[in-house]
Amino acid sequence: MTLGGIDLVALMAMLMVASTPILLAATGELIAEKAGVLNLGVEGMMIMGAIGGFAGAVMTGSPALGFLAGAGAGAAMALVFGFLTQVLLSNQVATGLALTLFGMGLSALIGKGFEGVRPPATGKLDLGGLADLPVLGPVLFRHDWVVYLSLALIVAVWLFLHLSRAGLILRAVGENHDAAHALGYRVVMVRLAALAFGGALAGLGGAYLSLVRVPQWTEGMTAGAGWIALAIVVFASWRIERVLLGAYLFGGVTVLQLRLQAAGYAIPVQLLSMAPYVITILVLVIISARHRRGAQAAPAALGRIFHASR
Amino acid sequence: MNRRSFMTTTAITAAALSLGLGRAAWAADPLKVAFMYVGPVGDMGWSFQHDQGRQAVEAAFGDKVITSYVENVPEGPDAERVLTQMALAGNQLIFATSFGYMDAVMNVAAKFPNVRFEHATGYKRADNVSTYDARFYEGRAVIGTIAGRMTKTNKIGYIGSFPIPEVVQGINSAFIHARKVNPAVEMKVVWAYTWFDPAKEADAAAALIAEGVDVLMQHTDSTAPQAKAQEAGIYTFGQASDMGAFAPAPRISSIIDNWGPYYVARVGAMLDGSWASNGSWEGIGAGAVGIGEISDAVPAEVKAEALALAAAIGAGTYHPFTGPLNKADGSAWLAAGQVADDGMLSGLNFFVEGITAQMPQ
Repeated sequence: MTLGGIDLVALMAMLMVASTPILLAATGELIAEKAGVLNLGVEGMMIMGAIGGFAGAVMTGSPALGFLAGAGAGAAMALVFGFLTQVLLSNQVATGLALTLFGMGLSALIGKGFEGVRPPATGKLDLGGLADLPVLGPVLFRHDWVVYLSLALIVAVWLFLHLSRAGLILRAVGENHDAAHALGYRVVMVRLAALAFGGALAGLGGAYLSLVRVPQWTEGMTAGAGWIALAIVVFASWRIERVLLGAYLFGGVTVLQLRLQAAGYAIPVQLLSMAPYVITILVLVIISARHRRGAQAAPAALGRIFHASR
Repeated sequence: MNRRSFMTTTAITAAALSLGLGRAAWAADPLKVAFMYVGPVGDMGWSFQHDQGRQAVEAAFGDKVITSYVENVPEGPDAERVLTQMALAGNQLIFATSFGYMDAVMNVAAKFPNVRFEHATGYKRADNVSTYDARFYEGRAVIGTIAGRMTKTNKIGYIGSFPIPEVVQGINSAFIHARKVNPAVEMKVVWAYTWFDPAKEADAAAALIAEGVDVLMQHTDSTAPQAKAQEAGIYTFGQASDMGAFAPAPRISSIIDNWGPYYVARVGAMLDGSWASNGSWEGIGAGAVGIGEISDAVPAEVKAEALALAAAIGAGTYHPFTGPLNKADGSAWLAAGQVADDGMLSGLNFFVEGITAQMPQ
């Protein structure tokens, strides 16, 4: 199936791989923001996940353990952020930015010994006959397990937020932490847990970058993916199903512009590169136009500091 | 003593020290040489090779020189800041090793007339600014020949960084020589608009592979395309550095930038006082461009053909841009037997006939 000289099946398959790191990171950030914490350190957690995952996989020889190490590194970074903002009550925006800078530096330091090393290969999941289906086979059933995990997480997070009691508590903490506290919920603990989950997913996304998509370690290799994940959460107006759409749109544009070039089209690259961001701004405008009193899609307590004395 | 007066005192002391003691000890001081890299030293490509050159300087002059480097300097306002710091730190010779540093070098050089600057791959010079470059297109001719012989799909992929003359020369040279040995060859070009972004380079490689290319060339600095090519089972060439970790396949040969001899010569000129602004542009003959070992994946007769071409270029008996050649729009460029002069090449901004990819405006 081709359109204008571009194989749509191959394009879709590439899009899914290219989008997986930002999809994972955006899913994690969504949970943290739903709990009312704005963590701008996604980039720092991703890059730590990238080196953590890479180092783990190289040293143990197992990609699965590598991904686990990447998630652990990301979660550890998130807990540093959590300690500073939830216990010591530091400013979330400044702390998040500092976390990114810290992560970039620390990962470069740890990564010195891993430059030019090749990681063990992450195998594709063998889905037997499904992989041989026309069209659907190459698009959907020939990926590695992390791609499927990222999709399964979307479903799991949706179920968690909408159908479980724990999800309700998480949302309550994010909407009004004083009320949640008055009801006897432990706001700080809920937020720390949400942050750790978000960090683990950002780390997983980073590890996917260094173990599958590139696959090698180079300093600063996330190259802004964490910021894109933050933009996707806003683009999705804090709805998990739209995060999937956003991630595939952002990832898709990157892949599409390279494919268009390879196919010999003369389209200004800059135009395509900025398209997702223009759409994000448009979405923000539409959201605030719909709700006269401002962007109500955001959790009401997002970015606000909670202290039990108030 | 409050903070401000402390800082003033310190600054005055430091200034006095650098003026007084610094000048007295001038003759015995080792020459300070600084290098500014666009990527990390560990990119295993462009910046790695420049750092090899820096190490060659240290090995050649020992304690007569002190070298230092700053890596990962973006091409933008940061470059000017780093260059200023290097000049203020007492470096007398500064190598700026990426095209995009050009205006930053010119600005800083105007402010520090006593500091000598060397700018790689640029074209602006001043009394204290030299430029130096290597004729990468000579190496591209050799690997283009190998690519033309090795491709089965007759599609060669090329990951470009920016549409600047240095890169356009390489694409043209590779294409001309691939087509010479294989008239059916097509060239697919993707511009990554970065020198170093492993994820983007990997995506660009994947896009080209999806287009059906089975030999891939790159003018970007990381080994990410090599890793992608290995997965897909196609052939590549090491870029800037040997990238020998990917031999014998996918990497079947490489273009090696060998900056050491030039750096040693220029630092030597500083030491004996003979440094003067120049524009150096050496190729295979002078050893500035090397062809990495051609691996066993390449048939012996192709290897011999490639080495013969490299020898002819090195000896100066053959120029990669020899007419008849037309531009991509079909208009005439070089008449039969005419050779492109350096002025033409340093402003090259069009593809030759046969390349169907569009040149970004």
